[in-house]
Amino acid sequence: MSTNAHNFPAIPIPIDPCAPARIGGVRGKSGRATVVRAIPRISSGIPKVALSDICLSYRTQSGERLLALDHINLQVKAGEFLCIVGPSGCGKSTLLHLAAGLHQQTSGEILIDGKRVQGPGTDRILIFQELGLFAWLTVGQNVEFGMKMKGVNKAEREEKTRYYLRLVHLSHFKDSYTHQLSGGMRQRVALARALATEPDVLLMDEPFAALDAQTRDLLHDELERIWAETGRTIIFVTHNVREAIRLGDRVALLTFRPGRVKREFLVDLPRPRVLEDVHVAHAAREILDELREEINRSLEVEYNVGVKPHVEPGVEQQ
Amino acid sequence: MKRAARLIVFYAGLLGLWTLLAELKIWPPYLFPTPWGVGEALYAGFKDHSYWIAIAVSMRRVLIGYAISVVLGMILGLGVASSKFLEETMGGLLVSLQSLPSICWWPLALLWFGLSQNAILFVVIMGSLLSVTLAMEDGRKQMPKIYGMAGRNLGASGFQLFWHVLLPASLPFIVSGLKQGWAFAWRSLITAEMLYLSLGLGQVLMMGRDLNDMSAVIAVMFLIIAIGYVVNGVVFKSMERHLQNKWGLTSSV
Repeated sequence: MSTNAHNFPAIPIPIDPCAPARIGGVRGKSGRATVVRAIPRISSGIPKVALSDICLSYRTQSGERLLALDHINLQVKAGEFLCIVGPSGCGKSTLLHLAAGLHQQTSGEILIDGKRVQGPGTDRILIFQELGLFAWLTVGQNVEFGMKMKGVNKAEREEKTRYYLRLVHLSHFKDSYTHQLSGGMRQRVALARALATEPDVLLMDEPFAALDAQTRDLLHDELERIWAETGRTIIFVTHNVREAIRLGDRVALLTFRPGRVKREFLVDLPRPRVLEDVHVAHAAREILDELREEINRSLEVEYNVGVKPHVEPGVEQQ
Repeated sequence: MKRAARLIVFYAGLLGLWTLLAELKIWPPYLFPTPWGVGEALYAGFKDHSYWIAIAVSMRRVLIGYAISVVLGMILGLGVASSKFLEETMGGLLVSLQSLPSICWWPLALLWFGLSQNAILFVVIMGSLLSVTLAMEDGRKQMPKIYGMAGRNLGASGFQLFWHVLLPASLPFIVSGLKQGWAFAWRSLITAEMLYLSLGLGQVLMMGRDLNDMSAVIAVMFLIIAIGYVVNGVVFKSMERHLQNKWGLTSSV
């Protein structure tokens, strides 16, 4: 399957001043075969998604101005799987909503293929934490929805709906309503609905947080397979570091309020990865150590242990 | 089965009491008719087609009027729910207007539209519009926000978003308002018809009064109740049941 990545002229990459930390680095040592990628990792050209200097502040009910996101800079290559982790309240979900064009940042810009995001667009689809499946539509109609809005004709819609339902193993549930399905199945409907719109970029907001461990493992495998088959660019938000290592090419760690990119980690481990794998656990350890500081800070603020809700600017600047 | 038995006993008792009172002849029969007198009036009315015509005329009016107020009410309600300005300004006005009986619009309607069908329609619309508007506003607010976001996220906007997402998403929340709107429309219609030679059920009722024929008056009252009941109990009940099943709101699925 081809993606836009091929269409870009090779432009020399600007040197990244803060190159991400590399973790793992056991490629080849393990005997497992790596997943064959549908698109070659092209590291040149315009990034698929570029978040530059994103700031978001809002007024709380007490009238204070709260800085939620503080100069977020992130770039995602075409076909890359980026995971964003951070303590709850760091604004990672908000960041996805901004990328989806559902909200407007206070300053900074979001570029998709170098073009500025101005509102929602079907080149990037967000899968919400609460899914937002349409209860009045069947599974098939849900999957079809984005295509219908785009004005795709009926025959093509039906064919693609069949294809994407097969991809998520839900062919037999085309005519069911979503409330008749289990949590894991609903997740897969949401995934199929997003994929059927054929976006270049999938934005996933803690999609597996509410699932039991077995279902989650299964969906990790499926998501990785679908990612490999379709070559989509994925930005995946989670608070679960091991999940991030399991899935991501790269993991960005956000700080607690205001959200800033604290550090980026390249996950250099062969796929498919297994959650129990010692290398995964080891890599997770590294990120967890850094994350813990943020979690502690968030706990102090949330439980009001004598700390003001505002973060002193010096803390993050090391 | 037990419920049916109780219902039969209740209505048989009611009918018995009515017969007894009529048979005691406390009031002359032209003031207090017997049940079979009313039955005869019903039979005669249907036989000479006058009731059929009245029902058809009234139904046509109420359907047109109700349809217009549903469309207008949804647009208004959606507007009020999605704009802070409209909510602050019009919200209070709408609520206070609801305390105004719709027939109060009749004199204005007469001046604006003359003695015509349109004047009746206007009263019907004013009667049900507010219920639908307030129901829609409420439904839009109660509707989980995620639906609107999910719809926009999947490429819906403007009218598409309203038609394919916001409207169906708020239906379970507005169906009781729609039902209430129907009841108001029906009442307003009958009231307006009673004030004007209009061929509808309201006029047939007044004709009974003019002819001092209480059997006919009560027969038409029965018709008005029956139609209201059928629409409420059959149309709206099945709509509610259908929605609940579809949405998984009942345990019966």
